[in-house]
Formats: sequence, structure tokens, C-alpha cells
Amino acid sequence: MAFLNTKPNIDRPDDFYAELLSAHDGLNSDESQDYNTRLLLILANHVGDRDVLSQALAAASQKRE
Amino acid sequence: MLQERYQLAYKLYPYERSADQDQDTPVRHPVVVLGGGPIGVATALDLGRQGIPVLVLDDHEGVGMGSRAICFAKRALEIADRYGCGKPMLDKGVVWNLGKVFHKEEKVFEFNLLPEEGHEFPAFINLQQPYFEQFMIERVRDLQKDGVPIEIRGGNRVDSVTVKDDHIVLEIMTPEGPYKLEADWLIGCDGASSPLRNMLGYDFTGKVFQDSFLIADIRMKADFPTERWFWFEPTHGSGASTLLHKQPDDIWRVDFQIGWDVDRKEEMKEENIRRRLDAFLGDSVQYDMVWSSIYTFQCKRMEQFRHGRVIFAGDAAHQVSPFGARGANSGMQDVDNLGWKLGMVIKGQAPETLLDSYNTERIHGADENILNSTRSTDFITPKSDVSKVLRNAVLQLSKDYEFARPLVNSGRLSLPCTYDGSPLNSADALGGPARTRPGSPCPDAPLGDTFLLPMLGNEFTLLTINADAPDTLEESGVQVKRVALSASDDKTGALKERYLGDNDSAVYLIRPDQHVAARRPSFDETHFRAAIRRATGQE
Ligand SMILES: Cc1cc2nc3c(=O)[nH]c(=O)nc-3n(C[C@H](O)[C@H](O)[C@H](O)COP(=O)(O)OP(=O)(O)OC[C@H]3O[C@@H](n4cnc5c(N)ncnc54)[C@H](O)[C@@H]3O)c2cc1C
Repeated sequence: MAFLNTKPNIDRPDDFYAELLSAHDGLNSDESQDYNTRLLLILANHVGDRDVLSQALAAASQKRE
Repeated sequence: MLQERYQLAYKLYPYERSADQDQDTPVRHPVVVLGGGPIGVATALDLGRQGIPVLVLDDHEGVGMGSRAICFAKRALEIADRYGCGKPMLDKGVVWNLGKVFHKEEKVFEFNLLPEEGHEFPAFINLQQPYFEQFMIERVRDLQKDGVPIEIRGGNRVDSVTVKDDHIVLEIMTPEGPYKLEADWLIGCDGASSPLRNMLGYDFTGKVFQDSFLIADIRMKADFPTERWFWFEPTHGSGASTLLHKQPDDIWRVDFQIGWDVDRKEEMKEENIRRRLDAFLGDSVQYDMVWSSIYTFQCKRMEQFRHGRVIFAGDAAHQVSPFGARGANSGMQDVDNLGWKLGMVIKGQAPETLLDSYNTERIHGADENILNSTRSTDFITPKSDVSKVLRNAVLQLSKDYEFARPLVNSGRLSLPCTYDGSPLNSADALGGPARTRPGSPCPDAPLGDTFLLPMLGNEFTLLTINADAPDTLEESGVQVKRVALSASDDKTGALKERYLGDNDSAVYLIRPDQHVAARRPSFDETHFRAAIRRATGQE
């Protein structure tokens, strides 16, 4: 089974964060939600692995096992 | 006394007085089927062809008006073909492969179903339900001429049933008054609101969706292509989603999602239906209205389908929302499963407990259908804000990105279920293709001028591919015949791909419903005898 990488993996994290934020520039909260959802689906497809996706879904819910 | 609950399309079994009505003591029948809908008539075909006398009772005198089911899947057609009425359905039906998905004002993508080659029947056809029923009843009439013991009594309403230790007593109302009958076995095929289920006090539980659809069948001479259109959130205001489908005879089915709190009477007015249709089709398109109705949808099932000598099948046992066309299609699989088992029990060839496997296997099937149809329903009619946001994100992405298209769920094609884990299966000793593992329905394959499935027939079969085995085998009262094939029969390679995989040879034990019971690389008498006992509930 493949495992979700929860170690730092993004190069130049501040740049990424700024890019993510600016993607929402000018969007109201509904539009932002739509945007986030599309982004989520695009990234999920890139990951593809069902085990990793399930682990990511669990990790995001912030409930500690 | 007898009231029509719905209008008839064809009067196919008018009331006739039976000699049973003039007897002092109730006449006993081996099998009574309650309900002459598609599933009841299919049950009669299955049992009658085994030589078991079967009596069908229906309070109406023919097939109901209005089309309801239009999508009949490969498996249902293969079963009908086994009963001798699959070909006329195929000849009449419409086959389509191109689907288009629209969102708001534009087409987001189209798909071609690209059906797998090498099957006698297509993945599905569109055919009005009254035709489907009519072809089965015509088959009954033909078989009756050959002395097959099937009787259908129209104008016979079952009003009460009393379950005894070894039989059931039925009280029946006819246009000429009441009479009583007895049955060794009673099969409840009396539809989703099953009076039988209610009389016996069995629960029917599940999920009701808070939405409704308006269906209109229209006749249109216009040169519309034979495609399926699914329109999410159309901006032309015809409904929250709209579906267009072609049927035979220039008839089109249009479904409009109209919400939950609707004034049904108002919506059903012709001018209001036409307003939606005109919005959808454009003002210039001419059409006649053929039939319309409003339906709500639910996914429900009984906890048990078998209650001793009373057995439920079709909508009476389980109900699904129409998305994915799993209602009549799964009911046909119930019949397919029940027919041979009940036949063997009645003939004393198998213990009564074999019928418990009907319960296990078809509940497994019903749960799979309910799961699929619930998922489609959730996509088509999202009930929370977030599910709508997700749904619409998928639709938006599907326009530009191929990856999102498989997530679009406007109904998944009804496929027969594999009875994984069934007590009738023997462990897989072949390690061949997954699609033919024990419990699977046999996929068809071309064999020169003919096809595999018609060769398997209606009995237990040993299918040998490049392998030896005796031509017949008898075990614990079960007759098994052999169908011997070899590489030379397999010009297209489909048999190898579907049944051998990496193996050079295989022997399959196949049930009368054409599901795999066991498979091994070669014939081994001890193992196959055990597999036959197991598949007939004797081990
Ligand atoms: C809008 C719509 C679209 C659908 N589309 C599809 C589709 O595309 N594909 C698909 O596979 N399925 C589809 N279905 C489902 C399909 O129509 C049903 O699953 C199918 O009709 C069930 O058959 P049945 O024989 O179990 O029950 P029914 O067809 O309901 O027949 C029950 C019979 O029992 C009789 N009866 C009832 N009570 C008594 C009594 N007391 N005494 C005597 N007789 C009685 C009735 O008169 C009736 O003839 C659709 C359904 C709807 C509503």
C-alpha cells in the first residue's frame, strides 16, 4: 500500500502559499468554494492512488485516531 | 368489485371463468404467482418451461398503459432469450451508443459507449415496457400451444392470504365474485406497493428522495439523432435536469426534474408539460404527447425475500430509483436465480434450503443495485450545498479535462452482479480471468455462427475448453451435460480472453442460470461432484 506523504514536500513554501492565495483574488466566498473544489478534484486525480486519497481524506478531517 | 387501478395498453389476458371457481373445496396448485407484470410472467416462463404447472393471477386483464421502463440491459435480454423471447425484443428495440452531457447552456462532453465485441446482445436496448411484457406473453401463448403448463388469469385480484404449514390459502375476487385456491408455493411479484407484503406485515425500508420527475413520452417525426442527452441545470428553464432518450416508433422519452414541493395536478396539465417541452426542444419542433406521469423515487428493500413458502421477487422485494435502469433488469435476475432452484426443490432434486441461497444472492444483488442507483441519484439531484458544489465542479471540469468525465454519474449501466461469497460457489481453482470467477454470470462469446450462451442452455453444464471430461455426469440426482469447446472454436480469441486467461485449458461448472459455480484447469471427478452438491445446496 502506498502512503500519504505528510512530510514537507513543497519547494519554496512561501511562494506556493502566496500563489494559492492570489488565485482567490477577486473571488467571493461562493466562487472561492467552487475554485477550491475544482482544485481539489484536479489534485486528487493527479494523486490517483485510492489508498493515498483515503488517507488524505482522513488526514484532512483532523480527527485523531 | 374489481376496479381498474390503471389504464391498459393491451388486453392480453381477459377474465375467463375457471373451473376452479366451481369447486366445493379449493383447488391446490403447485405454484401461484401473484402479479402478471414483467417479473411474474418471466417467473411463469421459467417454471413452465421446466414442466412445473404455474398459475399467474393479476387483477388487471393486460399490460398497463405507459412505458415506465425503457432501458433493458444485456443480461435481461439474455435471460429473455433463454425463455425464447429475446430476439423480438432486440428487433424492436433501439440501440444507441452516443451520449451527450450538457451543463447550463452548453455541451460539456460526449461519449461513445464503444460496446465490447463478441456478444449476441448489445449492452442494452431502449424499448417501451409494454412491448417487453407483450413479447413475453406472446411467448407464453406459443408455449401453451405446445402443452407447457402455464396459465394466466386476468381479472383475479388476491384479497387475502393465509399461510399454513405446507401450503397457502388465497382468497380471490373476480368480476363474477370470490373463490379460493391453495398453493404449495406463492411467488409475490405484485410490484412496489405489494399488497402481499402488506397483508403479511413485512417491512419495506430504505431511502425516499425528496424530489420528483415529470416524464413525457412524445412522438416526434423530427430528425433527431439516436443519442442520449443528459442536461444538468438547463438554462432554458425546463427543469433542474432533463433527460432525452429515443424509443421505438418515433417515441422519445423526456424526463424533467421538477423538485419535491410541486403541485402535481398543475404540472400534469398538458399546457404546462408543453411549456417545458418547448423550452427544451425549441418552439419550432412539432410533437404529439403520448403519455406522461410524475414519479418520485426511492431505494427500498425487504429484509428477507424468502419467507418459507412465500417468496418475493421484482419490485415487491426491492425498489430502486430509475437512474441506471435497475428495476425490471434486476427483477429478471431474481427470476433467473429463483426459477431453477424452486424447480429442483419441487422435483425433489434439491433440499428446500437451496431456496435460502436465493435470499442471500438476490439480497446481495439488490444491495448492489441500491448502492449504484443511490449514487446516481445523489449526483443528479444533489441534496446538500456541498454536494451540489462538488457535482458542479465535476461538470465544469469535464468540459476541458477528460479525467473528470468518469465522475459524471447520470446513471450507471445495469450490470448483473457476481455472487461473490455465495454458499453455492466452490473456491476458484483456476485463477483465470476475474470476470468469470465463481459466482459470475457467464459472459457471452462468439463461436463461429453461434454464441456461447445459447449452448449453455438451462441445465447444469460442464463447459470444457481444451480439456477432457465425461459427456454426462449424475450426482445426487442432478444431471450435468458437457459442452466441449476447443481453441479451434474460438476464432476471435474472446473465449480465451474471457474464460482461460493465461491457462491452456479450463473446466467450468455452470448453473442453470448461467452463473459460474466452480472452475479448475482440468476435470477432477471428486472435486466436481462436490461442487455439484454444493451448488445445489446439498453440502
Ligand atoms: C419512470 C420509471 C422508469 C423506469 N425505467 C426503468 C428502466 O429503464 N429499466 C428497468 O429495468 N426498470 C425501469 N423501471 C422499473 C420497472 O418499471 C419495474 O421494475 C418493473 O415494472 C417491475 O416489475 P414487477 O413485475 O416486479 O412489478 P409491476 O410491473 O408493478 O407488476 C405488478 C403486477 O401485480 C399486479 N397486482 C398488484 N396487486 C395485485 C393483487 N392484489 N392481485 C392481483 N394482481 C395484483 C399488478 O396489476 C401488476 O400487473 C422504471 C420505473 C419507472 C416508474
